[in-house]
Amino acid sequence: MMNLFSLLLGIPALTCCALAFLGKSRGAARLNIAASAATFVVSLGLAWKVLMQGSQFFNGQAFFLDPYNIFLVTLTAFVATNTAIFSAAYMSHEEQIGRVTSHNLRLYHAMFQLFVFGMLLALTTNNLGVLWIALELATLATVLLVALYRTPAAISAAWKYFILCGMGIALALFGTILIFSTSSEVLGHSNEALTWTLLYPKADKLNPGVMTIAFVFLMVGYGTKVGLFPMHAWLPDAHGEGPTPISAVLSGLLLNVALYALVRCKALVDGATHNHFAGHLMMGFGMLTLGMAALSLHRQKDIKRLYSFSSIEHMGLMTFSFGIGTPLANYAALLHMTVHSLVKSGIFFTVGHAAQAMKTQSIAHIRGLINLQPKIGLGLLLGTIAIAGFPPFGVFTSEFLLVTAALESYPWTIGVLLPSLVVAFAGLFRHLQPMVFGTYPKDVHVVPVNMLPVYIHLGLALFLGLAIPGFLANWFQIAANFLHQGTL
Amino acid sequence: MISHEFLKQLTSLAAALFLLTAFAILAQRHMRALLGWFAIQGILLAATSALVAFAAASPELYISALLALLLKGFLMPWLLWRIVVHLGVNREVEPLINIFPTLLIAAVLVLFAYYISLPIQKTSALMTRNTIAIGLACVLIGMLIMITRRKAVTQVVGYLAMENALFFTATAATHGMPLVVEIGIAFDVLIAALIFGLFFFQIRKTFDSLDLSHLERK
Repeated sequence: MMNLFSLLLGIPALTCCALAFLGKSRGAARLNIAASAATFVVSLGLAWKVLMQGSQFFNGQAFFLDPYNIFLVTLTAFVATNTAIFSAAYMSHEEQIGRVTSHNLRLYHAMFQLFVFGMLLALTTNNLGVLWIALELATLATVLLVALYRTPAAISAAWKYFILCGMGIALALFGTILIFSTSSEVLGHSNEALTWTLLYPKADKLNPGVMTIAFVFLMVGYGTKVGLFPMHAWLPDAHGEGPTPISAVLSGLLLNVALYALVRCKALVDGATHNHFAGHLMMGFGMLTLGMAALSLHRQKDIKRLYSFSSIEHMGLMTFSFGIGTPLANYAALLHMTVHSLVKSGIFFTVGHAAQAMKTQSIAHIRGLINLQPKIGLGLLLGTIAIAGFPPFGVFTSEFLLVTAALESYPWTIGVLLPSLVVAFAGLFRHLQPMVFGTYPKDVHVVPVNMLPVYIHLGLALFLGLAIPGFLANWFQIAANFLHQGTL
Repeated sequence: MISHEFLKQLTSLAAALFLLTAFAILAQRHMRALLGWFAIQGILLAATSALVAFAAASPELYISALLALLLKGFLMPWLLWRIVVHLGVNREVEPLINIFPTLLIAAVLVLFAYYISLPIQKTSALMTRNTIAIGLACVLIGMLIMITRRKAVTQVVGYLAMENALFFTATAATHGMPLVVEIGIAFDVLIAALIFGLFFFQIRKTFDSLDLSHLERK
């Protein structure tokens, strides 16, 4: 079964190389889809194995799959596949209207696979240092993609993304070095001192003072990548100026992976310090982010920036929930990670088509989508309803659980939480209503769309809102308890 | 055989010199001198790695010392200088804030770093424990360089100086990260430098200058 796992990382890595050499033709998009789909099938196979036999190690102890990362691996491969399908139609239209050259498309396809590889490596590695390297790799792969259109705005967004995330990730590395400085005294000066599964049982032997300081650095470092206030400045620019498929995977996947890293560190630090410092820090950052993003939604003029602020809002919500740290709160956050990722990438697919049909990303100039092209209008409407937390979609379920958990442990936070959610809701709908309804401008045209990925994503989010499958609930439960107690 | 106490003093000396180079990079007005100091910092980093490798008798660290010497002592400064010459960038640094106040801020950052590392020093039994404070100070000074400089090239030097400081902390305070991790990080930094290079040409083509204040205006 070792082979199955090497396929998971091997397919994206090899496809990246292949696409770098022969990526100019029309077949490149198909190869991209095929490779992503193959990765998804492999991830399903691994999920089946974890379901049947529990947590797994691969390649010695270098890689591992447990209930906390297996669903993220599957989710990453799934969303990447659908994004590849969407991007085939989207990017060929962009090429037709001359926004990208075929030379840049080659870069695009190769970097897409490198990005997927980086995320899968970050999720499955059992080593804190390799996690850092993989996250940095995923970021570097997307920097060039954000600058793909070569407009002044795109280049300045990419530069901002690069510099801010570079600073953030440097702080995260400093935190990792600090952890290593205390863990190497416990586990010896070797790779073992950075291995998650060996660190967790020994967590209470780590120096609490050092771990506390280390967590502050990790929080700011990985928090930059999660898009937490006040380090979020790169996120709306990168989402707004990059190609839409990249916005979809940045929002739906990269933010999740960064949060995954942060939460793993939190569980370790909790085990060492035996107080709630790390959790309180995360709650504070989460709440600030939520409030700021909810207010910012009202001031947006660009449709992609609008939904990227919605992503910031939801990441704040998840950070807050993981910060509470009770099993219920963790469960809510894990579910929220899943449904947000599905719905948000679905929304970005729709937004991409909408922007192509209206030939602009400016909210003021997108009008009457449902009359021009009902599929796009309906998709945007349903997606926004789902992300705003209407029942019966999954976002409602997870937000309901989250509010329950907050009421249980920190009732006063409801005073911030609920108003923020309402403000965010209003912020989305005041922009959405004129975009979907009304009469459309004259010079627009119907574009070829592929709404299947959107329907699949929204359908799954709906399904998770109505009935969470037993095995998934079981994984969430185990992961939630693990993050609460620090042991499996 | 060199005594343990002497090795300890040598590492402290290396840490002090490292801090000095960070200040020197911050204080330079001319691009050429700036890159010169950056190269010296890289060589110093390699020397520290070799020293710790000798003291801790870990042959792995000699590899990372060699990597540091080649990449950070020679290759990166030389490449950056070639880019500066090739693009015909103005040879002055052009800080956003005057040099003197930045030096004062940097001094405050050093105090701050020492203050933060107080609890670490008390508990750590490692040979070179106050290097964590100096390492952190140099990371923060690297950030200061990135924040207070207007040109893309200088910002990159700040980024790489920050990366140097991280490597320094890892070597001096923990006797180096495991080799896999260290090589992975070096690989990432190399890709980052490559992307920086691509960016220079893109920015230059689009804005006709490497002055980043053009980026802000859009």
